[in-house]
Amino acid sequence: MSKLTELTVADAISGLRKKEFSAVELTEDHINAVKDSQELNAYVVKTFDLARQRSILSDKKISSGEAGLLEGIPIAVKDLFCTKGVHSSACSKVLDGFQPPYESTVTQKLWDSGAVMLGKANMDEFAMGSSNSTSCYGPAINPWTPKETGEQRVPGGSSGGSAVAVAARAALAATGTDTGGSIRQPASFCGVVGLKPTYGRCSRWGIIAFASSLDQAGPITRSVKDAALMLNVMAGFDSKDSTSLDKNVPDYVKDLDQGVKGLRIGVPEEYRIDGMLPEITALWEQGIEWFKNAGGEIKEISLPHTKYALPTYYIIAPAEASSNLARYDGVRFGLRETGDDLIDMYSKSRAKGFGEEVKRRVMIGTYVLSAGYYDAYYLKAQRVRSRIAKDFKDAFNDVDVILTPTAPTGAFAVGEKTDDPISMYLNDVFTVPASLAGLPGISIPSGLSPEGMPLGLQLIGRPFDEVTILSAGRFLETAADFNCLPSDNIGRKKL
Amino acid sequence: MTYCIQGNSGQFELVVGLEVHAQVKSKAKLFSGAPTEYGAEPNTQVSFIDAGMPGMLPVINEVAIEQAVRTGLALNAKINLTSIFDRKNYFYPDLPCGYQISQYLDPIVGEGTVEIDLKDGSSRNIGIERLHLEMDAGKSIHDLRPNVTHVDLNRSGIALMEIVSKPDMRSPEEAGAYLRKLRTILRYVGSCDGNMEQGSMRCDVNVSVRRPGEKYGTRCEIKNVNSVRFVMRAIEYESKRQVDIIEEGNSVDQETRLFDSSKGETRTMRSKEEAHDYRYFPDPDLLPLKIEQDWVNEIKNSLPELPDVLKKRFIKQYSLTPYDAEVLVSEQSSAMFFETVAHGRDGKLAANWVTGEFFGALNKANLNIVNSPITAHQLGGLIDRVSDGTLSVRLAKEVFEFMFLSGSDADVVIEEKGLKQVTDVDEIHTIIDKILSSNTEKVEEFRNGKVKLMGWFVGQVMKESQGKANPAAVNKALKEKLT
Repeated sequence: MSKLTELTVADAISGLRKKEFSAVELTEDHINAVKDSQELNAYVVKTFDLARQRSILSDKKISSGEAGLLEGIPIAVKDLFCTKGVHSSACSKVLDGFQPPYESTVTQKLWDSGAVMLGKANMDEFAMGSSNSTSCYGPAINPWTPKETGEQRVPGGSSGGSAVAVAARAALAATGTDTGGSIRQPASFCGVVGLKPTYGRCSRWGIIAFASSLDQAGPITRSVKDAALMLNVMAGFDSKDSTSLDKNVPDYVKDLDQGVKGLRIGVPEEYRIDGMLPEITALWEQGIEWFKNAGGEIKEISLPHTKYALPTYYIIAPAEASSNLARYDGVRFGLRETGDDLIDMYSKSRAKGFGEEVKRRVMIGTYVLSAGYYDAYYLKAQRVRSRIAKDFKDAFNDVDVILTPTAPTGAFAVGEKTDDPISMYLNDVFTVPASLAGLPGISIPSGLSPEGMPLGLQLIGRPFDEVTILSAGRFLETAADFNCLPSDNIGRKKL
Repeated sequence: MTYCIQGNSGQFELVVGLEVHAQVKSKAKLFSGAPTEYGAEPNTQVSFIDAGMPGMLPVINEVAIEQAVRTGLALNAKINLTSIFDRKNYFYPDLPCGYQISQYLDPIVGEGTVEIDLKDGSSRNIGIERLHLEMDAGKSIHDLRPNVTHVDLNRSGIALMEIVSKPDMRSPEEAGAYLRKLRTILRYVGSCDGNMEQGSMRCDVNVSVRRPGEKYGTRCEIKNVNSVRFVMRAIEYESKRQVDIIEEGNSVDQETRLFDSSKGETRTMRSKEEAHDYRYFPDPDLLPLKIEQDWVNEIKNSLPELPDVLKKRFIKQYSLTPYDAEVLVSEQSSAMFFETVAHGRDGKLAANWVTGEFFGALNKANLNIVNSPITAHQLGGLIDRVSDGTLSVRLAKEVFEFMFLSGSDADVVIEEKGLKQVTDVDEIHTIIDKILSSNTEKVEEFRNGKVKLMGWFVGQVMKESQGKANPAAVNKALKEKLT
């Protein structure tokens, strides 16, 4: 039997049911894996005692036939999710010490289904970043390193810690959140599967808000089937979230193997951007080939407003964030600095509590909403956003799924883009359009760069059609046969 | 009879518009399930949403929407089937999220009208600009300890309707009448209890002055005035202040002012330059609010008869004076009380009793219709005894006093206290005979032409009967005996 930490969620569920091992053993092995991978800084809070207690209960439930869908499965939870009585800070100093007296809907669903929390995963502060370098706990480190240099690479972000935990076998799965690519891009950088569901599919209640009209929870896993298993539990209407949709949740596992014969796959010309790395282009071509060979119908499509997506996103998301983050004022929870008067207390608390990137976005957001600038920035961005959504709507008249690279690069060096926010923002260029349109997207590990770093391909689907991107993703996963580990170079396929 | 402010250089016209914040009658807050009871211990009616905790999301309370629609319909206003909640961003310790959820460009209710009645008997229409829903902030308490501000979030998130009038009022009296009328309407439809002392209705007053025929002058906004009387006084003070400024050759600065009720003055709160940039934008946590016309119609059909309609009906059906009708419809409970009393009886008589003895007694006892010791049926029973001659008006008033004290029926009081009017002719004759025989000189005088003495005889008989004799019967019998 392979190491328990190498199992997929699906295999672990089956092994637990067959009593090949216990939930306690599974959890203990993962606790050790978390300890062993300490230097990757994937976890910012470790809840081992809770995990052990929960795994004992899971074994009992499995024995008594009361096991939930994810009974005994050890997972990591992005620090953006509020977890009752467990430190939840969005990796920001401003929320230092905050222990929510409530549990987010999505994590509650996971615990109700028997999942075991190992701890809270590192992330960019308030989910603002694409490299997990803005965390107040320091960067999370990608377990993958370029074969030759051994240089430390970023895991992507903002759900960097989640992707690292899953890639480094320090969790069977993790929750992430995606606002402009924060699940898909780190999944791509770390060689794992990352699924952003349709906006409104999972409840946002209890998830610390970054940009409310974009934020969406989703799973990070090591297989498409695991993503489907996680989504089965995480998805669903929540009356506490007015933007969640009261729509039936299908069984995402059921139709995974329906294949891609006759599936119409759109390839958007606007995604062939200048200066794209040749290995990304090659991977994309390879993906197209795989689909074509399996009977998929490849169609060139146009999404004409794609080039406006990034600037649009960097107006809307900061605008919402500037308002969402106003509550961190030092008055009721988290960090408070003393000041000479009220304004001084606000200024000092927020100056000390927020990191540079958060401050930058709060300022951008405040600016674009200001009197005299609102129409030119925010309002115009909303109009462009509708155009972008319409591009996709039109495209989906002709195709069932859209195939693109997840990111224009593989994982870059730690610290590389930290001083260059624009180049950092550019890393979201392929993930942001689907976010603005509220569409589901999944990143599938599909190959390695010449230096041996994982690269992902993205599948974008119609609203609430996670089923199709999951089955197409399952096909892609099989075709790519991405079975390599960060720790071993054997079997790495060079493009 | 136009109101004007007499300056040294001529007359000025006053222009007033009111923004009324009315607390929506609802058990829960606008976006959370927390209770809204008045006067609870600080910070005991606060949900995680009201406290702006991370990850919390607002969910609109349907009752509040229904109340806004009810109110809008009662204001003859346009109901917008799609409306949008926006965030109004500013920092203050009693505003936990750092923004207030309000409606900015797309309110739930559009233009409407309120008809006001003035003392001279005329009436005017005051335009309503809009009505929108918004959440209240908490309360900052600065005077509990020096250098420390306490925050009570009980009010945070309570649903308010902001009702904005057009700048249609031209005198303090009109502003007062508008405010009272609005309060009456809100109480009729049950959307707000209109209690200004408890802060469930607050008023921002916009005042400007101009010489007749000129365009609108620069306005000042007086914040948070909390009684009808203060609103009227604030307007008087503020308009004179503005006239003085203009007459000195200066111009009025647009600013926000406060009314100091102890001094009867307004003073600067913040100038236009200090005005906030609220950075309004649609709240991404809430989808646009869509309601169905069918639902609006249903609400419309469930509305009670509104004061204007009721007043007209009272005048017509019961031949009431406009004044009495106005008094009776000013509270729905008095109108209902009156209608019960008037049912099957003389309307005018009923109105006299309700607005006269009954209201007087309530006032004196510091009671209101809801906790009145006697019911409308009981008052009606008393009036019946006047109509059938059992009681004289004077006796009836005496009976009423006993009824009011004991809560008993008129018949019980009449029986117990023996206050029944004497209409028995024989009994009256006996008394008259007694009076006449002991005042023979007076009888002589009368018969010699001093007819004025009739009144004196009536008085003596009434006195002898302890007021119970039926005055008409006494008059008749006396005339017979004396002539």
